[in-house]
Amino acid sequence: MKGRLLTATAAAALLSAGAASAQSNELTLCWAAWDPANALVELSKDFEAQSGIKMNFEFVPWPNFADRMLNELNSGGQLCDLLIGDSQWIGGSAENGHYVKLNDFFASENISMDDFAPATVYAYSTWPKGTPNYYALPAMGDANGWFYRKDWFARPEIQAAFKEKYGRDLGEPKTQKELLEIAQFFQGREIDGQTVYGASIFTERGSEGITMGATGALYAWGFKYENTPGKYDMEGAVNSPAAVEALEFYKELYKTGTPPGYDNAYMEQSLDAFKSGQVAMAMNWFAFFPGLYADPNTGGDKIDFFVNPPQNVAASTLGGQGLSVVSYTDNMDGALAYVKWFAQPDVQAKWWSMGGYSCHNSVLNDPGFKDSAPFAGDFLEAMGGVQDFWQEPAYASLLLAMQERLHNYIVADQGTAQEALDGLIADWTEVFEDEGKL
Amino acid sequence: MPHTPIDRLARATPPSVAARVRGLSDRTIAWLFVAPTIFLLLAINIFPLIWTVRLSFTNYAANRPGREVEWVGLRNYERILTDDGIWANMQTTAHFLLWTIALQVVIGFTLAWLINRKFKGNDLVTTLIVLPMMLSPAVVGNFWTFLYQPQIGLINYVVELFTGIPASSFSMLGAGGLAKWSIIIVDTWMWTPFVMLICLAGLRSIPDYIYEAAEIDRASKWRQFWTITVPMVLPFLMLAVLFRGIENFKMFDMVVLLTGGGPGNETLLASIDLKREAFEKWRTGYSSAYAIILFVTVFGLASIYVKALNKVKER
Repeated sequence: MKGRLLTATAAAALLSAGAASAQSNELTLCWAAWDPANALVELSKDFEAQSGIKMNFEFVPWPNFADRMLNELNSGGQLCDLLIGDSQWIGGSAENGHYVKLNDFFASENISMDDFAPATVYAYSTWPKGTPNYYALPAMGDANGWFYRKDWFARPEIQAAFKEKYGRDLGEPKTQKELLEIAQFFQGREIDGQTVYGASIFTERGSEGITMGATGALYAWGFKYENTPGKYDMEGAVNSPAAVEALEFYKELYKTGTPPGYDNAYMEQSLDAFKSGQVAMAMNWFAFFPGLYADPNTGGDKIDFFVNPPQNVAASTLGGQGLSVVSYTDNMDGALAYVKWFAQPDVQAKWWSMGGYSCHNSVLNDPGFKDSAPFAGDFLEAMGGVQDFWQEPAYASLLLAMQERLHNYIVADQGTAQEALDGLIADWTEVFEDEGKL
Repeated sequence: MPHTPIDRLARATPPSVAARVRGLSDRTIAWLFVAPTIFLLLAINIFPLIWTVRLSFTNYAANRPGREVEWVGLRNYERILTDDGIWANMQTTAHFLLWTIALQVVIGFTLAWLINRKFKGNDLVTTLIVLPMMLSPAVVGNFWTFLYQPQIGLINYVVELFTGIPASSFSMLGAGGLAKWSIIIVDTWMWTPFVMLICLAGLRSIPDYIYEAAEIDRASKWRQFWTITVPMVLPFLMLAVLFRGIENFKMFDMVVLLTGGGPGNETLLASIDLKREAFEKWRTGYSSAYAIILFVTVFGLASIYVKALNKVKER
């Protein structure tokens, strides 16, 4: 009997060891569920073949991405070995020890941050901002851009009607105010027997939508979060006359140039509105542009792209993410091996060719890059002027306050733009006081 | 000699053990039986409640494990109770609660009264009426979002048909003033059948001989309704109101799917706001105080209500 018990125990121990070994030969990468994630699955097959490590993926739809992943990090969960997390998470994840600091690893593997576009290194990798403390490898460059129905814009009768109304040719808008005029021009117009609308913009309330949309206008008017970077002195910056004008502009665009019912719209709704032929223009992240261009109904020669138009300054809202190693991984060597593999120039070139937005200079500075896709030049231009939301550890409180203030003013018609921005300063002041920064 | 399993078990019990068990009082044995349940209750309900009370006096943030936790006394409670935004959310919750309950009681009781009459197809009609409450709130939220869609939704077209207001000119879920009524309509559609079923049980519990006696006394139908039907159904109705009140005070899923609390904060119920504070902003101490305030409010109101219910039953 004792002999049998010993044999069973030994077998169980061997099985456990085998399971542990198999587990350490796998990696799970977490990201949002969208087109680039599918491209990464394909790309990662090369890593699997080279390393023998099996890749698993956990992709979460955007509206739940932050909730799901931040809960995972905060609970010290081991679901993700690698995480392609939003740029705004970097402060909290670095300070709370969720991400591994990669400086020593980069140094030992000769991975230089100088090989990546400076704006992406600043936004996706560093904490405190701009210091040489790296918690991520720039993985997916992104910004909020625009696309439009080139075929509608080219129609002679539409061109003529536009010229008669505005005294200029209909084309890609050069300013935010031109964009508004074009949206208003198309609003309610009959095209091919269907009523169409001006533009689909971000108005979503629950996560980050309306903030990401409205900051496109705010940044273009010259909006700043602080008078002096790092001082949290927001009075006069956040609620400047230019910021008030920008917010009033975004509300006017929403009220007079968007389809009915788009009062809680984000990425998916923007894509739906465009692909179903409802709108002449739409805003969305560059990450979706390869898929839009490939769309059989509204892509190809029917679509074209443009950078967020300037008003007082040229600026775009930053998207994109960095690739981080989660501190709680039980396969640290494997996770670091993946980062090393992903940082290679040839992998980065393939990443771009498959639909991912590489941040590597060898890709972006290639002479053929601008002509490699119809939106490649716009992407480069946009990334040259990107601005990001607060990346503070308390970013979630800061973001939700802005979501609430903007939605109250723009969609729910409560108060004025000045009151919304004044209120936002009060909310943010309270958050920074709680953080001990004011 | 009996040969039942219990007898066999008794004979097999060693004398020393039997003596020990014989030494236990009935009260002790009763405690032994309920102890596991009490332990679970303490671990799952009471301990978290006490822990939440403790957290509500701190600035603890669950996503900042390294930050020093400070004792802030009553500051969280003071901030919540003096916050205009939270009072606005409470008003929104009260508006939702009162209107849904009022509509569900009136429509539910009327339906029950009609269904209680004998007619052909009674069972089929009852089944069809109760269908909405069998659906998942997620499903209900999603398909009502489509029904309310200004361009393709049925509701806007019906409004256009009867009023002439263009369907795409207004948004039930997006326009200021309409959204709070839109969520009331959906909740009423979904949960009126529940109130109806409880009222139906009450109506069917009234003995026929009471009505027969009233007929002999020449009481009119109106009089019978107010002096027999309503008083005898009232305890059932009050129970339905209690259930719906507690459920709607913590309403979350359906409203999140319909409006996400918007437009602006127009449909931001207290439960949705609490979730944002606790699990999106990660203000754990603050949200613990918020949760305690909501708990005390519901508990207090429910206690008063249950006392009133008992008085009605005693009549």
